[in-house]
Formats: sequence, structure tokens, C-alpha cells
Amino acid sequence: MAYSATLPLSTRKIARCREIARSIGGEVAELVESHSTVGTERAVLRLLGFNDALQWEGLLFPTSNFLVDQLKASERLNEGALFWVANALLSTGLGISELEQRTIKEGFDIGKVAPFDKSKVAKLANQLAKDSFRKLVQYRKTRSGLKRKLHDPVSEKRPLKYVIVATGNIFEDVTQARAAVMDGADAIAVIRSTAQSLLDYVPQGTTTEGFGGTYATQANFRLMRQALDELGQEQNRYIRLTNYCSGLCMSEIAVLAALEGLDFLLNDAMYGILFRDINPRRTLIDQHFSRLICGVSDIWIMTGEDNYMKTTDAKESGDQVLASQFINEVAALNAGMTHEQMSIGHAMEMDPSYKKVILYEIARAQMTRQIFPKCPLKYMCNTKYKTGDIFTSHAVDTVFNFIGSFTQQGVLLLGMPTEAVHTPFLQDRSLSIRNANYILNGSLGISNEFGYRSDGEISRFAQKVLDDALKLLEKIDGMGLLKSIEKRYFADVSRTVEGGKGAAGVFPVERKNYLNPFFELMGSKI
Amino acid sequence: MKAELDLKSLKPYGDTTGDGSVQMSFTLPVEPTPKAREAATLIVREWGFTDIKIAHMSKIGENYAFFVVFARCGKSIDYTKVHVPELSTEKRTYKEIDQIIVVKIKRPIRLVGACTGYDAHTVGLDAILNMKGFDGDIGLERYRGFRVVNMGSQVPTSDLIDRAVKEKADAILLSKIVSQKDIHVSDMRELTGKLKKRGLENRFILVAGGPRVTHKLALELGYDAGFTIGARPSDVANFILEKMLAKLDSTGDNEGTKKKKSKGET
Repeated sequence: MAYSATLPLSTRKIARCREIARSIGGEVAELVESHSTVGTERAVLRLLGFNDALQWEGLLFPTSNFLVDQLKASERLNEGALFWVANALLSTGLGISELEQRTIKEGFDIGKVAPFDKSKVAKLANQLAKDSFRKLVQYRKTRSGLKRKLHDPVSEKRPLKYVIVATGNIFEDVTQARAAVMDGADAIAVIRSTAQSLLDYVPQGTTTEGFGGTYATQANFRLMRQALDELGQEQNRYIRLTNYCSGLCMSEIAVLAALEGLDFLLNDAMYGILFRDINPRRTLIDQHFSRLICGVSDIWIMTGEDNYMKTTDAKESGDQVLASQFINEVAALNAGMTHEQMSIGHAMEMDPSYKKVILYEIARAQMTRQIFPKCPLKYMCNTKYKTGDIFTSHAVDTVFNFIGSFTQQGVLLLGMPTEAVHTPFLQDRSLSIRNANYILNGSLGISNEFGYRSDGEISRFAQKVLDDALKLLEKIDGMGLLKSIEKRYFADVSRTVEGGKGAAGVFPVERKNYLNPFFELMGSKI
Repeated sequence: MKAELDLKSLKPYGDTTGDGSVQMSFTLPVEPTPKAREAATLIVREWGFTDIKIAHMSKIGENYAFFVVFARCGKSIDYTKVHVPELSTEKRTYKEIDQIIVVKIKRPIRLVGACTGYDAHTVGLDAILNMKGFDGDIGLERYRGFRVVNMGSQVPTSDLIDRAVKEKADAILLSKIVSQKDIHVSDMRELTGKLKKRGLENRFILVAGGPRVTHKLALELGYDAGFTIGARPSDVANFILEKMLAKLDSTGDNEGTKKKKSKGET
């Protein structure tokens, strides 16, 4: 019998999976090429600087929404929002912020400005896009400067410790985040208020009331970023900030995250389609634009395959997860992202009562590690089989931390003993981090010490998952991604192309008339 | 000799019958100092415990101290006088439930669920209804025998009723997570009150769920059942199925044969 530091996985089969995934990605590429959405257009406006809001029918309504609604009403969306902003600027002689203020204060309507000379408009539009793009590049440089100046835990060659805060009040979140960082957390995720992904606008301002989480707003991003930067200085450690970039404002959240220096975004159209019933076309188009922004801003995207395991038997659904990871990889590559920016997601979600479950979990985690060698994998703790027995829960989390260390995952989404009871108390999070500190510190470098039996149970399981994923990808390629979603290939959920929330926000565009220079500036392969 | 267990004076058990041993942990918003340790002891004593042992005190972040405490509980209750109405449902698997629905009910059972009022916490509702379910027990959406409408959170009570009427629902599932100022109780009352006003009080099987919802409370408020933390989708499914079967037995009523309209709205 032979032992090796890696599992004996067929490189030919892995390459074949990638080839098929590229073919599957073609369907999404065609969709992105020939359509835009109200969300993507609002993101363009936000990139240009339209990030204020106006009081409208008792709501604080973002100007980006207001402007896109104006363009929709005047049937001008097909040229893209940028075109009509440039048109309005030329015709009025105003700057962006003056135009925004006139919209807010005087109800100025960019949908009603007479069309200016087309080539002049296009020239200005291109200039505006370039200016905004340069700003993003500048923001990224500021962040990478900070990472160099402070100690960056990524250099420690151990998984990052990621914990959530979810009080609903951004100021209380800061308190909880500070304590977590002092205990040793590397990344803070501010959980969003329940169902924010279904809002078709981004709320404005700092917020102190949320449900099961805190609203993702630009002001909240800024407040937490500032707190973590200050704390990072004190601790001489770069602390990463995470939020959620899915749902109806996917690409807009990406813009706000880029402007406010976030490091990670949970970003996965498939999650929105399957678990939030967002219209598939809407969110796949928005996802592409959001990933362009993430790539340029060096924000790691975190994909949501871990969720499939919560709805299906995780021991049986490894093929769906792997197939989806390949599809997500292609979508990110098409948006010009690097593998180092892809925090490909998966989880330890098999039923803990299965015999040899730990062997199978190691097999899947190691397999994923080997198939995506450059990606900082996002590894999620068990949540599905947690009940309220906080002590057993803590034991499961310990095993999770160990497998994460043993298989060199990129980011560990630490489990909380009180998972399935409440959003974490200060002490729950502290216990969770102490657990991870012990395991990660105590097992540092352990993966270099052991090998896998080539004919062992772990190898066999991993090989089977890869084989099954290859078969599944072939089937998906045969019928197309959208059709396979309808046919319940993922997570046992069926969604149709026309169904779901936000379908009305998708519209066809002709590339020769539609203006969005960000695609080219940001290195889109579509 | 082992002490006799006295059910008229029931206490927690550590290693000696009647010792009243309790373990607890909590955080105080102060630095972990000898003063904080004493404060923790005093707080636990204030709660009526004796033999207080602060087993562990450590620092969390800044200005927080975490405690693990063991103590004896001096108070007891008379177990023979505890009364809890129990939901006695058979434990069938989802496949068995689906099968019975096909054979006996002969049509999907229609459910409408919502979190009403200001409650935006759908975690309980989703745990029962969503595909993924809870603790490895799949959600009702996944059953072939249930047609589920999950209205989500912050649904006005009258909208919930309107929808249940429109969908010709067999059962309404109300989830109440938030319980500050007993808001769960008043929201539960609001549903039964509004149903009554519209003459619909007997139309639907009413099921409530939430961390502070008990079966006893639910019955008191006019519901058919209450489920709390730990309840699984299959528990709810079994209950609703049994109610449906009981209705079938009493009226022979399933849609195939149903002709007469109920008194209320349609």
C-alpha cells in the first residue's frame, strides 16, 4: 500500500470537469451579453457617485433607484444609465453631485432631457467611467497598503478565523466585533437583517434595528470598517470585514463594499435562485457585474455551495457541490477574477451520527483543497444537525476546526455552540474562538506530517465524488444550466427562468446601443 | 444508601438525589477582577442559589468577564401537580405521511404560514416549511402531500387570513419568535379574534410555533396545537395529518366528495 501527501485524484477528470464547466458558462455569458438589469444600472450609477437618498413617500429612497425608475418610465434603459447621465451632464453643464442634488431637491428628471450629440455623450460617458474606475483602483491600493503595513494573518499559513456578529444594531455589533478580534478573530461578518436580499433598494444610513441581523448600508459598512481598522492598528493585525452580496441589490452592494473597503463578500447567484427565490436571469446578470467590481477591488468572493448540503444529505450531495464550484469558478474567471480571490464555499454538514463520518468529511475537504489549489476555500461549520445541545455542538465544532486545519482550508466560518438557539452572545463567540485558537495553533503544519492511503476509504470516497460530479456536469451541459435548475439538480429545489423575485427588472440590450464601459475597464471576458 | 426520590419535592440532580445541582454560565459587563468574582457570587445568591462555586472566570474582549458557575438550587416543585397537555402524535416518516395523504386524503393538504405583526424572524417558520428543514428533518415544502404557501415575515394578520381563504387552506401556521412584552400572545390572539369576526373560527386547523409558545398556551388561546424549540417539520406534519384524518372520519370530507360550503367566507 502506498501513502501520499495528496489523494489520488485523476487530473484528467478534473480537467474534463473544467472544460465542461466552461461550456456551461457559455449560456450565462450569452445571457449577460444580451441583457442588463435595473440592479446593474443602479450599480453603475453608484460607481459614478450617486449614493445619496431622497425622502419619497415617507421612505428614504436611494437616488440610484430614483434615476433608474425615471429612465425606465421614459423607456431609456436600453442605452444604459451611464449614457443618459452623461447626456444630462452635457445638456445642463452640471457635475455629478450637482445633478444628484437637483434630482433630490427639484425632482429633475434625466429621462426627459433632450438627447445630445451621441458621440459627445459617449465620449463623456467613457471619461466618467474611467474616473470612477481609477477611484476603485485607488481604494484597493489603500487597502493593500494597510495589509502590508500591519501583520496579515494570511501569511501565517493557517485558516482564517471568521465569526459573525448579528445584533441588529451596528453600534452593538462594533462592541461584539471588538471583543471577537481581541479573542483572535481574523474576519468579522455582519449578518444582514432577515430578508434584506429581497429588498429592491439598499437602505440608507446607520441602523440600530434589524431582525436577526443588521442592515447592510454604506454608512454601516463605514462604521464597522473604521472600528476594525482602529482595532487592527492597536493589535498590529489586519482585520477583514465581510458582508453579503446576494439578492436584488447584488451588484450595488459590491460597489458600496468596494467604496468602504470590505474584504470579503458572500456572493453567489445560485444561492439567491435556490434559497431566496430570486429570478435566475436577474441574479446571474447582477452577479457578473458584482464580480467585475470584486475583482478590481480585490474583494474575495465567497460562494454558497455549503447551502446545498443543508437541504440534501451532505454525504450524497458532494457531486452537486463540486459541480457548482466548477460553474462558479468559470463565472468568476469570466469576470476577470483570480483564483486567489475565489473563496470557493463548502461545508462540514454530514450527519454526525454516521459511522466514519469524520473520514468522509476529511475526504471531501481534502478533495476540494486539491481541485482548487490556489483558492482560499471557505469552509463552513455544521449547522444542520445542531439542536440546542450546546455542549455536543461545541464538540462538533472542535472536529470541524481540526479538519479545517488538517486540510488547509482558507477561511473557517467558526461554529457557535448556540447555533440553532440564538444569534451568538458575546460568550458563545468567545468560546468558539478559543476552541479555534487551540486547534489551529496546536495542529499547525499537521498536514505535512501525514499521508493518505491510495487504496483507503478516504481516497475512494473522494474519487467517487469527483466521478459523480463529472457525470452531473455532463448532464447539466446537455440540458443547460437554467433548465437543470428547473429540474432540481441543485439542492432539490426547482426554479424557473421566468419565476422568482426581480424578474421584471431584467431587460434586453443591444451591445451596439448599450453603453457600459466598466465591462471593458474591469476586464470582463464577456 | 441512596436517598429516596421525592417527586413532591423535585430538584435538579448532580450526583446525589436531592442535591439541587445547577451549572450555569453568563457574562458580566465588567473586567474580570476579584470584585467581579464576588459580584457574580452575589448575583447568583440573589437568584436563590446556595453553595455557589465560581468554577471559571475569564476575560472576553475588553470590559467583559465570563463565568462558569455551579450552585445548589434550594427550591423545589411538586412534580405530581405539573400538568402539561401533550401532543400525542404518531411518529411517521415523511414518506409514510406522503403515502397516507395520497391514499386517504387524495389531494395535497394546503398550508399557509406566516410571521405576523412586526416579527421578522422567519427562522422557525422556515425551519418547518422550507425545503431544507431542521436537524436533518426535511421541511414541509419538500413533501409531495403538502402544498405550502410561506408568506414570510411581517405579514398583517388580515393578509394571512385573506391568503388562507384564497388558497382554500386546510391549516394556518403562525410563527412567533419575538416575545418581548408577550407580543407573541397578543399576535396569536389577534389571529383567532379576526377569524372569529369573519365567522372563520372553525375553518382552519390552527398551529402556532415559537420559542415561548407551548402546546398548553396554544390550546388556551384557541389553537389546535403549539410547537416550540426542538419541534421538527415531521412533528408538525404528523399533527396536521392526524387532524385531517380525524376530519375525514367525522365528515367524510375530502375535496373529491365535498359539496357543501362552510358558513363563512369562501
